Amino acid sequence: MLASLLQNVINALQWGSFYSLIALGYTLVYGVLTLINFAHGDVFMVGAYIAFFVATFFLTTLGFPGWAALALCIPLTMIVTSLVGVTLERIAYRPLRRKGAHRLYVVITALMCGLILEHANLAILGASRKAFPPLIEETVYNVGGVAFTNLKIGVIVTAVLVFVFLEWVVTKTRVGMAMRAISYDKFAIPLMGIPLDNIIVITFVLGSGFAGLAGLLFAMSYPVLEPYMGALIGWKAFIAAVVGGIGDIRGAFLGGFLLGAVEIMVVAFFPSTFRDLISFTVLLVILSFKPTGLFGIAKTTKI
Amino acid sequence: MLRRYSIHTILILAGGLLTYLAYEEMISLYILSVLMFMGVNVIMSTSLNLVNGYMGEFSCGHAGFMCVGAYVSSILGVWLFSKDKVFGAPVFDPELALYAFPVLILAGGVAAALAGLLVAIPSYKTRGDYLAIITIAANYIIISAIENLGVIGGSRGFMGMKSVINAMEDAIYLPWMVIWVFVFTVLTVWVLRRYVSSTFGKGVSAICQDEVAAEIMSVNTNKIKTISFMVSSGLAGVAGGLFAYVIGYVNPGSFNILKSTEALVMVYLGGMGSLSGSVLSAVLFTILLEALRGLGIIKWIVIPLLLVILMQFRPEGIMGNKELGDLFPWLKRFYRFK
Repeated sequence: MLASLLQNVINALQWGSFYSLIALGYTLVYGVLTLINFAHGDVFMVGAYIAFFVATFFLTTLGFPGWAALALCIPLTMIVTSLVGVTLERIAYRPLRRKGAHRLYVVITALMCGLILEHANLAILGASRKAFPPLIEETVYNVGGVAFTNLKIGVIVTAVLVFVFLEWVVTKTRVGMAMRAISYDKFAIPLMGIPLDNIIVITFVLGSGFAGLAGLLFAMSYPVLEPYMGALIGWKAFIAAVVGGIGDIRGAFLGGFLLGAVEIMVVAFFPSTFRDLISFTVLLVILSFKPTGLFGIAKTTKI
Repeated sequence: MLRRYSIHTILILAGGLLTYLAYEEMISLYILSVLMFMGVNVIMSTSLNLVNGYMGEFSCGHAGFMCVGAYVSSILGVWLFSKDKVFGAPVFDPELALYAFPVLILAGGVAAALAGLLVAIPSYKTRGDYLAIITIAANYIIISAIENLGVIGGSRGFMGMKSVINAMEDAIYLPWMVIWVFVFTVLTVWVLRRYVSSTFGKGVSAICQDEVAAEIMSVNTNKIKTISFMVSSGLAGVAGGLFAYVIGYVNPGSFNILKSTEALVMVYLGGMGSLSGSVLSAVLFTILLEALRGLGIIKWIVIPLLLVILMQFRPEGIMGNKELGDLFPWLKRFYRFK
């Protein structure tokens, strides 16, 4: 009983790590721009595909050993994916922001960019699924009836490290201070000599880079890639970010793990088709009672 | 005289012409079905416009309510008026379906309106992005609940609606679906126009402008929100019911977030807070979807790209918060708009 519980906890931590990594990207962009970047889930998908191409290139074309390919794959995937994110920002969001358009229009643009990424992928690469090549050898450890692999531990540790890093960036560095300042008052910031656009680009680089990392880890854990994989996970990670209190790094991190835990526990005790039903109901109930999320601060509205 | 009855005359003539053409089979089934989808899309976009345009919320789970309407009206129809493996012999004489059909569709609408409470009640306390999440979650909850109901087919879908339509056509031979889609589309636009231009509807716009100020001005915001959400989702349910009978087959997968996104696209393409814009954009969008059918998957790159470009250069949509009468003042000679 205890062993199976612990097993589920480990599974939940791993599954929640993906949600956390993606939710962190949502919450970073939201915290700075109050923009729901609906394309973020698809940036994650693009990240997984980039990882796939980079990994096959190193493994089969150049014949690198797995660990070397992985070591090169992580930074390359993150850089290329963050380029995708920054491109979206430059082409689609920035002109709208310059014009001072209503933020709903930016949200719609983001939604459409997500669709474009999905279907461009489908059109270019075809509907067939891609199998991700194994980069590292999975070793199964068994401690007291609880089985876990080195990959699972790696995923969980990465998520925690990314969280610590982002928390450090946002609270301790000058860039983080600028980010918080932008979210506090977007109009006063350029007057203080802070380059608004550069800070926003850095935000997108961080968010998309870690989405790419999540894509790589996801592809390593579940080695089947398809164009629609980003959509559902993206929506769910967004919900996780909101439940945690969007705009707050800790909220996104915990929200991701909470959603992962709920989903794994539902699958453990109910038929797996109930997963979405029950997890979304739980989230709806949480949001009904705590409308600003777990860490969100209720803003007082003034006239 | 002309101003008073112009729209009625045009609508009756258009409906009559359409019915006649369909009856004589002078237009092909393909064009007919495109026209019917157009009607369904008009209902979807105008009803979503009530919440997203006039009330200024951001609801992105409209297809969930459509799903409720589709399932309720088709299950009722199949149960009451046709012979089916699951429900057995029809409860009533199948020929009675002729008279009961609007009731079936409205029943779907009522059920969807009740499902709308799922969103309306949390909206008392939340607004903006948090409400957007609740609507997405509601969409997923509805689809997932239906997928888990094995009795009505689960994720395999539910069919048998064609036999209800056939029973109606056996009783009196007329293109019933065309007639009812037309009637319900006109009815929806009429209801919404009356709704938003009434005193009560002014409260909806007040919420859009400033909710706190509206509340201070003694607008009962909770009541207005509840009723607006229920009207909007109820009309989406009507659209769903019609959609189910037009296609003759429903499955939960066809009401996913992508369908909701389509409705959003139509609203923002037409312009927030403009009913004529929504109607226009629904018609254009349906034509565009059919015109680009040959492109296959590229279609779904072209359409979002068009919308992104539209957002860059004319973010307020085609009509942009105005009605036809505001853009073309000479139209007012023929019709009183407000």
